[in-house]
Amino acid sequence: MKYKDYYKILGVAREASQDEVKRAYRKLARKYHPDVSKEPDAEARFKELGEAYEVLKDPEKRAAYNQLGANWKSGQDFRPPPDWNAGFEFQGGGFNEGEAAAFSDFFESLFGREFRQGQGGRPASRDHHARVLIELEDSFNGATRQITLHAPATDGRGSVERSLNLRIPKGIKPGQRIRLAGQGGNGDGVPAGDLYLEVEFRPHPYYRVDGADIYIDLPVAPWEAALGANVKVPTPGGKVDLKLPPNSEGGKKLRLKGRGIPARQPGDLYVVLRIRLPRADDETSREFYRRMEREMAFNPRSDLGV
Amino acid sequence: MRDDTITGIVLDEHCTFTLEQLCRVCAVSADTILELVDQGVIEPSETDTRQWRFQAASLYRARTSLHLMRDLGVNPAGAALAMELLDEIEALRRQLRRMAG
Repeated sequence: MKYKDYYKILGVAREASQDEVKRAYRKLARKYHPDVSKEPDAEARFKELGEAYEVLKDPEKRAAYNQLGANWKSGQDFRPPPDWNAGFEFQGGGFNEGEAAAFSDFFESLFGREFRQGQGGRPASRDHHARVLIELEDSFNGATRQITLHAPATDGRGSVERSLNLRIPKGIKPGQRIRLAGQGGNGDGVPAGDLYLEVEFRPHPYYRVDGADIYIDLPVAPWEAALGANVKVPTPGGKVDLKLPPNSEGGKKLRLKGRGIPARQPGDLYVVLRIRLPRADDETSREFYRRMEREMAFNPRSDLGV
Repeated sequence: MRDDTITGIVLDEHCTFTLEQLCRVCAVSADTILELVDQGVIEPSETDTRQWRFQAASLYRARTSLHLMRDLGVNPAGAALAMELLDEIEALRRQLRRMAG
């Protein structure tokens, strides 16, 4: 098992006062709270913070932890010395929420696992919650995907991996939830809880999803935008032809009705025009631009009065 | 390992929860939910408590608020303020997504 440097996790010195520890924890907890933070590793960081704080906020546990010495490096292989905690007595720590974070093996080897949850509190909820990432195409066509979940083990020790094949309903939108009856936790002699999955879409290289609507930036040539053109546009349902009206400005949004995420009321697909400028890298193209400059009376800044 | 395919129910706008169901899923007492209703974090559809129905979205607003209260030590009013700001951030993010180019 790996040694954890709780001081480093909270970013405080070993000599930090209890108040400093508390302030550091509060500040980082706000920053990495998974419901608030968009940091990619927020959930893992938040768990780690909770564990570090659980030890350092309690003078008894902190003293016991300090006894391991200051020479350990984070991530170093660790085995607790025999009798290392003799003379310390730990009080339970308020982990009575159903979703109490599972602490690391390192924590458990030091402080046991009676801290983890359900200490005289109400029984852990059997309804479980998780987040799944799917592809836009999965929602567009419907799909069956194997998902892997980490569920608390039934003996309350660590977590177990569980895979299940989930039918992804056609037309599901980002942020929507799916309830899987009976797929939550099992209790003793009570019916199994439900599993709630929050669906998020993996970012797509060129589609953006907003509710049931899909947005795509479509690069167009200046002459296509100016003269009008028929251009091909990719959509999750396949390529379609789009007629660009003449004098289409960059940034203009064209709506393809009903080409968004399919549903009883399907979303729309918005094509946002991005005019690409051919590079003036050789004499021919430079001459072309110069001719436009000479022959077209065009002041792009006329609205600014200059 | 299970390998049978599971089909769930999508919690869309037609799906509602009673107070009792909400308490169960959030693993809290009715009093705690009442506090969130008082703060306007979640809004039941009816005035009579026994008839209350909550939209599926309420479930997640309630859960997020409860997490903030538990993990950051904020009170229900603080959680309500945080929820409003989170809503605003989400609206801005959506706007950004629509515009991004």
